[in-house]
Amino acid sequence: MFDILSAPFFQRALMAGLGVALVAGPVGCFIVWRRMAYFGETLAHSGLFGVGLGLLLGFSLTLGAAATAVAVALILILLKRQRALATDTLLGILSHSSLALGLITVSLVTGAAGDHMDLLFGDILTVSSRDVQIVWVGGALVLFVLAFLWRDLIAVSVHEELAEAEGVNVQRVELGFILLIALMTAISMKIIGLLLITALLVIPAAAARRLSGTPERMAVISAGVAVLAVVMGLAASAFANVISGPAIVLSAGLLFVLTLVVPQRI
Amino acid sequence: MLKVQNALLSAREATLVIAGRTILDRVNLDVRPGEIVTVIGPNGAGKSTLVRCMLGLQPLTSGQIVRRDKLRIGYVPQRFPLTPNVPLDVRRLLSLTLKAAEPDIDDALQETGIPHLKDASVARLSGGELQRALLARALLRKPELLVLDEPVQAVDFMGEARMYELISNVRRRHGCGILMVSHDLHMVMAESDHVVCLNGHVCCEGGPGSVQQDPEFAKLFGPAAARMIAAYTHHHDHDHESHDHHDHHHDHKH
Repeated sequence: MFDILSAPFFQRALMAGLGVALVAGPVGCFIVWRRMAYFGETLAHSGLFGVGLGLLLGFSLTLGAAATAVAVALILILLKRQRALATDTLLGILSHSSLALGLITVSLVTGAAGDHMDLLFGDILTVSSRDVQIVWVGGALVLFVLAFLWRDLIAVSVHEELAEAEGVNVQRVELGFILLIALMTAISMKIIGLLLITALLVIPAAAARRLSGTPERMAVISAGVAVLAVVMGLAASAFANVISGPAIVLSAGLLFVLTLVVPQRI
Repeated sequence: MLKVQNALLSAREATLVIAGRTILDRVNLDVRPGEIVTVIGPNGAGKSTLVRCMLGLQPLTSGQIVRRDKLRIGYVPQRFPLTPNVPLDVRRLLSLTLKAAEPDIDDALQETGIPHLKDASVARLSGGELQRALLARALLRKPELLVLDEPVQAVDFMGEARMYELISNVRRRHGCGILMVSHDLHMVMAESDHVVCLNGHVCCEGGPGSVQQDPEFAKLFGPAAARMIAAYTHHHDHDHESHDHHDHHHDHKH
């Protein structure tokens, strides 16, 4: 039964999953600190339209997903300026419109009865070596940008006006953050699916919150929890033939519940 | 012209109109090195808005903000709503916008009187402790200009006296300019070099002594308040009396 562990497809799955987890942990902390879970979800959902366009016109699906996520984030910034509607309402409009648009675009290619399950929920056991490369190159890029923006991003998350008054370029930080989430969406699409990416961002970070006294420690612990969740989910997927995305998310949820027995640090 | 060149930060005819309402009306204000400038005024006078404009957080409708090139600012905001989602101890708070060395962190906490709170959670600090932590954080930047927006609003009366003492020590030790906002009339007077009385426009300004005798000041805060401040500046260690003033001041806000 453990032959599966040495099978190339399993090792590819493990490599891809670990790559995504290591990035999702720290990025997810910012989603939690800035209360932007719904924002992350909207960008992830919008990625499906990019995938559809990629399928129709024949360019990279990863690139398509990242590009539409950035486009939707920019539309959101513009809409926020007119201040007629609250942000969560705008997100509700953008999130579901773009998801609907994505589903229609994809079904133009695969047919109305086509199977979109792997796009929406991921299929970690079928990733190619090329997918693994994309995850690690994209993931390294995300972590690089994150390290570069780290102090400013935390300052903006804690008190935006204070950061701006003391010379932090808030606009540049915001733009960088949007790029991070868009890239994150693109690389984790095949691993855990567009519908569930936000879960891998929010749940490990939430679990890490109880165990951490500083932002830096929370980011590291969050990455650890995400790695554990991916390994557990992958095991469930390989041995029990459970669909991979939900298996990973459920594992993360289980780990979060376990942290509830630990008393909260500061 | 000389005035403008010497200043760290200046407002020139600063005017802000939002939705037809004039919030700031041709306000002029300068803060020079080593000088404490206090902006006072009733609630809704535009004090915090003026500070936000001077910090570049809020664009003006007309007029301008002149800031000395590469001015290093330390800012203590009026509110510091920290979501419990962020794990933040005092030590890490002090490195928020600038990586600080451990001995410098110790010095700053020592100076503001809270060395024992280095590992405390920021979310669990009392109002006065938080103000001191935020002041320590601002001082770590070695600011040329310190901007304090209502530094005593969450502090009890005795804490208030100590906070003002701390602020005046900071000015002496660091030689930075201080721009301070307060709705509290009682204690700002003694240490300020220049007091600006704001109610949308600048009603009156000058040294603390001259401002409280200005008829405009009496018009804005009432003759009773003006008399009491005079009393306060002479008897500011008389605690019981000061408490009465405090209460009276709150009546005046309505």
